[in-house]
Amino acid sequence: MKSQNNSLSFSRRNFLKTSALAGGGMLIGFNLLTSCKPGVEPPVDISKLNFNDFNAFIKISDEGYVTIFSPNPEIGQGVKTSMPMIIAEELDVAWDKVNVAQGALDTKNYRRQVAGGSQSIRQGWDALRQTGATARQMLINAAAIKWGVDASTCSASEGVITNANGDKLGYGEVVKEAAGMEVPENVKLKEVKDYKIIGQDIGNVDIDKIRTGKPLFGLDYKAEGMMYASVLRPPAFGKKLASFDDSEARKVNGVTDVVRFGDKIKSIENQVAGFTRATDKIAVIGTSTWAVMKGKKALMAQWDDDGNLESTEDHDKELFKILNGKKFDTRREDGNVEKAFAKADKVIERTYESPFLPHNCMEPMNFYADVKSDKIHLVGPVQTPQWLSGLIAGMFKRKPEEIHIEMTRMGGGFGRRLYSDFALEAAEISDQIKKPVKVVFSREDDMAAGTYRPAIKYRIKASIKDGKITGYHLKEAAINGNMYGLIPHFFPAGCIPNYKVSTGNYKSKMTTGAWRAPYTNFLAFAEQSFFSELAEALGKDHPTLLIELLQNVKGTDDKRIEYSGQRMEDTIKLAVEKSNWGNSSEGSYQGFAAYYSHNTHVAEVAEVEFKNGNPIVKKVTVAVDCGIVVNPLGAKNQIEGGVIDGIGHAMYGNLSFKEGTPQSVNFDRYRLIRMQETPQVDVHFVQNEFSPTGLGEPGLPPAGGAVANAIAAAGKRMFNQPFVNELEKKGKKILG
Amino acid sequence: MKFKRFFVKSFLNKNDSVKNKIRILIFLYLEASILINIQMPSYSLKINGKSVTVEADADTPLLWVLRDELDMVGTKFGCGIAQCGACTVHVGDIAMRSCSLQISTIEGESITTIEGLSEDGTHPVQEAWKEIDVPQCGYCQAGQIMTASAFLKNNPNPSKEEIRQAMHGNICRCASYNRIEKAVELAAKNS
Repeated sequence: MKSQNNSLSFSRRNFLKTSALAGGGMLIGFNLLTSCKPGVEPPVDISKLNFNDFNAFIKISDEGYVTIFSPNPEIGQGVKTSMPMIIAEELDVAWDKVNVAQGALDTKNYRRQVAGGSQSIRQGWDALRQTGATARQMLINAAAIKWGVDASTCSASEGVITNANGDKLGYGEVVKEAAGMEVPENVKLKEVKDYKIIGQDIGNVDIDKIRTGKPLFGLDYKAEGMMYASVLRPPAFGKKLASFDDSEARKVNGVTDVVRFGDKIKSIENQVAGFTRATDKIAVIGTSTWAVMKGKKALMAQWDDDGNLESTEDHDKELFKILNGKKFDTRREDGNVEKAFAKADKVIERTYESPFLPHNCMEPMNFYADVKSDKIHLVGPVQTPQWLSGLIAGMFKRKPEEIHIEMTRMGGGFGRRLYSDFALEAAEISDQIKKPVKVVFSREDDMAAGTYRPAIKYRIKASIKDGKITGYHLKEAAINGNMYGLIPHFFPAGCIPNYKVSTGNYKSKMTTGAWRAPYTNFLAFAEQSFFSELAEALGKDHPTLLIELLQNVKGTDDKRIEYSGQRMEDTIKLAVEKSNWGNSSEGSYQGFAAYYSHNTHVAEVAEVEFKNGNPIVKKVTVAVDCGIVVNPLGAKNQIEGGVIDGIGHAMYGNLSFKEGTPQSVNFDRYRLIRMQETPQVDVHFVQNEFSPTGLGEPGLPPAGGAVANAIAAAGKRMFNQPFVNELEKKGKKILG
Repeated sequence: MKFKRFFVKSFLNKNDSVKNKIRILIFLYLEASILINIQMPSYSLKINGKSVTVEADADTPLLWVLRDELDMVGTKFGCGIAQCGACTVHVGDIAMRSCSLQISTIEGESITTIEGLSEDGTHPVQEAWKEIDVPQCGYCQAGQIMTASAFLKNNPNPSKEEIRQAMHGNICRCASYNRIEKAVELAAKNS
């Protein structure tokens, strides 16, 4: 376990360089998690920021104003606010003197320019603090030379340097000198108790633009001569384009062209097959979004298939075949579960099922591309610009330096914008029509051409002997992939002597991918529902059982186990205390769930009431251990949203297929949680000084389990998502 | 298309000289003879207090006229079938879904978009959105604000239940619903 400390482990050499700006002020170029190349200097002209050389910049003006060019993509998780907060803290400037600008980006040297896995803050923490502190020390050193005093007798606070005589100099007054100084090493970082910005409630830096409707998102982007494109893709997974008639489409006002495309994307098929159908598609080109959408509807296309189209029933059959069979990979094995089951007083086995889920970002997928012979310019919302850059280079046989990608703010990501199929389409179309073009997905396109959370089934079997859980076997049957990384080593690994995780896989034609908290978004529900039943079987309280088990993992020397028994216990206790667990009022039922994912420990208590037999989630109390809370206002927002999102998808989320065709493609037939169905979410943070961890994902996984366990407390166990279908089977509908 | 944008922008631009406007009208007349062939009708709209004339097919939704023709991109596209509320604008005092309002049906109506709700973001609902720090990704928020502001005009002192009911039609995929609820309450208190 890594604790917060003031000495840094990563290399301090050459991560930061400075220059004096031609127009006045100082520019600091730095690299998160990577060294600068030798001989590269930050520019003296602010318009020439080159993110090939540095992945972030700080400008300090003559007036002492600080502009931070934050390069991390913003998908709603708040890093565009919280990452600059960390720099500003160590630089020691007042937050109202800080301006945050989205860095126009490039990706060649940028290792962590990805929003995903709730890792931005966790991985940036040391580097961001080091950058701010080093810049502050350089400013202090410059002032000390000016005064002719020893730098150690000077201090800095809120943009002002003070010496022992009480003389003062603003940062702006020494930037010129500081810019030419050597970069100091071993600078001292602040103690947590001295934080002035970290830990404060700081509002979203883009709030004024958002609330007045300024252009911010990819869909808002326009360029001179830009055409619009709407793409007709195969209506079912497994179908390929045979032929088409575009005569009616071409008659639509504003439609200028119709093109068949796909060869370029097919040329990199082995790299993209997982997330896009590398088949020919038809693009309708025109002068407005409406024209091309209308044009697409007027296309007549014929599609071929090999007669082997998948339906949800087929997926169910295949996944059960895996669960009932013997072909598994073992992901972790402690002791001998079979022996434990054989000797048990009692064995419990349950199966949990989940459907496919689309991401449904509110901003439908879109991307701008301008492919020219000498350069390729791409603009839009994407979570993985570096990956995209490599794919484009391969598609067009170009050098990476000819490709320039700009990222816009993203109207939601949830994993969908990790996959850049929409940008590849835009690039191929632009190359074909020799014009800049923006591909815009309709909502139907967005839901029908997804990189879905695949359907997964879990079967969990546990043994009880002498009032203790002696064995635990988790089997996963999933589509197109399996749990990855350290997930098999999450709780209860290390807590139960005989423990095994087995996974099996079915290869499907459906395109699938990461969806907010991959695997754990459903696994947490299955596992915590199961533990609720185990607690019941043992005659124990659910949180008490978890705390008992957690004692077994404390002090483990198993390096694969990242979760902490102590931190999880503290988190559970905080949730128990704040929720008044065990003392629900008449007619109200409580359910508990705790889960560790994305380096953050979370425990949740859901309170459910019933109206005419229908469950209504009234409140969720959440305890979170994410280490130091950088921005409590933003952190709470992430947890509130994650919890409600988790409940919404557990309750209603469901995408089924019939012969390869998605059965819901818009919000009239796909139910997302809405205002009247939302509980109040009450968030509490465990206070400690551990390095901060991410918050975009970990609030979500336990939510479905907590709600399921509350419904169970009233007598109805949930085994399948969405719960609405389970309840309908039992003759109960959920009303909001 | 370029000329059309030029035309619209010039009429939106108060500083443009009368002479210049006449010049544009002559240009338009000449262009119109070409346009007649493709029969793109023109419509007069009143958007955020300004008169605007646009040429578009009769079935073009107001949403796309705003976004593509008038460069007012604050009104968002979410679903296109009036299910999510991202494209909410005011027609008169009523919140409506601009994705499902055909341009030919709203001629002469007074339309307010997020850009015109206040001059500088000081409408009580916009202020409350900042104070509560509502947005996560922010994409749906213009629609949320437009729904909330029309609702409060009609019902200045709503109950919690009425707020939840009024905002039920607007989806927030980041699920910032707790804060939307609080911000509407705060705006009601402050207006």
